[in-house]
Amino acid sequence: MVNITLTLNGKKIQAEVEPRLSLADFLREQQRQHSVHLGCEHGVCGACTIVMNGQIARSCIALAAALDGADIWTLEGLDADPTIAVLRDTFHEQHGLQCGFCTPAMLITAREIVSSKAELTEAGVREALAGNICRCTGYAGIVRAVLSAGERLRQPGAAAAAGATTGTQSRGSH
Amino acid sequence: MKPAPFTYHRARSAEDAVERLAAGDGMARLLAGGQSLVPMLNLRLAPAADLVDIGAIESFRRHEELPGALRIGACVTHGTIQRGEIPDPANGLMARVAAGIAYQAVRNRGTIGGSMALADPSADWVSLLVALDATVEWVGQQGAQQGPAAGFMLGAYTTRLDFSDVLTALVIPRLSSNARFGYYKICRKTGEFASSLAAVINDRQRRYSRVVLGATGGAPIILGETSLLLATAPRWNQAMPDEIIAAFNQDILHTGRDFSEVALSQHRASVVRAVKESLI
Repeated sequence: MVNITLTLNGKKIQAEVEPRLSLADFLREQQRQHSVHLGCEHGVCGACTIVMNGQIARSCIALAAALDGADIWTLEGLDADPTIAVLRDTFHEQHGLQCGFCTPAMLITAREIVSSKAELTEAGVREALAGNICRCTGYAGIVRAVLSAGERLRQPGAAAAAGATTGTQSRGSH
Repeated sequence: MKPAPFTYHRARSAEDAVERLAAGDGMARLLAGGQSLVPMLNLRLAPAADLVDIGAIESFRRHEELPGALRIGACVTHGTIQRGEIPDPANGLMARVAAGIAYQAVRNRGTIGGSMALADPSADWVSLLVALDATVEWVGQQGAQQGPAAGFMLGAYTTRLDFSDVLTALVIPRLSSNARFGYYKICRKTGEFASSLAAVINDRQRRYSRVVLGATGGAPIILGETSLLLATAPRWNQAMPDEIIAAFNQDILHTGRDFSEVALSQHRASVVRAVKESLI
């Protein structure tokens, strides 16, 4: 067993884990973070995407034992995140989900996409979402939702509003 | 889809890792970013009794400016290179190639040294670093060693590294400011492994021209005749594709390697397109 100390959604936690335990299983089974979904378990489907040290990462191909000292955010912890709040609205408006299995990871990936300084184009968003598989929507609604959130967040004044936040923004994003 | 049991050791230094690997009798494996190893462990394709984690070794995440070159620590991630958080000795080419590796969530964790040491034939760095004439540095039970990227990879998933060797850094020569380059990768889907890729460096100021074919199922191939053609080629013109293909065919003949017609036509296309980019 390996002892690890890490920060999960802003809270310090200590745990004893088996070396072979994936971060995804650790988050789901031991920390009850059920927004972390397991699809392929080999880094292809993207459903287990979380935020690790300020950047998105696959939790199914990370070992919990190797993450001593890491700063992890799951969608549960990003509830009050202003970017997630906008994405939640636009996914709703643009029909960005059906069954919901890919949605938590779509939101987390989309959060990183709209937070980048690069100009958002449909082709660019599609490419950036290539690592997150959705079997229901055909992606059209998801792409529209991300573009729409990007527009909303880049309006004058949006940055100031997003800056006045709960602290998740500065710690959870890069 | 869960790995078989293994032990875990967080290495404090490269020497510590070498010692652990040597003690593991060939059944110990290095864990860097884990973006290839952990999927293989999950699928139980890679047997491992002990994992030696080098992710926490500070020096492996550093870079260092050398005269005419940049040394990049083995655990620098694709994402770090992509975002320009370290200088790009190849005038932006490394950042561009990094941006095309797998997906962002993978680039944020996967490392350049891990990719070189794994030696997946379809990976980007194994071919690009040959094109850039990089040097690979590693330590083992015999101490520190180094060798050119060309010849480092011996075949699919096989390199010059012995089972207890640890790749420590890559030294990448700086291109001249007016050097030209091209890179072309054929992929069925964004983020998937390439079915063909070509890397072209044309740095006439340094009298250095090299065309490398990757994703060949084995080690990348330096196309000698094609490189020679590139060294003296004028600006791009209508006759060039035929000349490139003639040189390319010669090069493939010299290798003695056997490719399917489909693979050959993909390789021809990626080489012509990458050379074209470097000459336009």
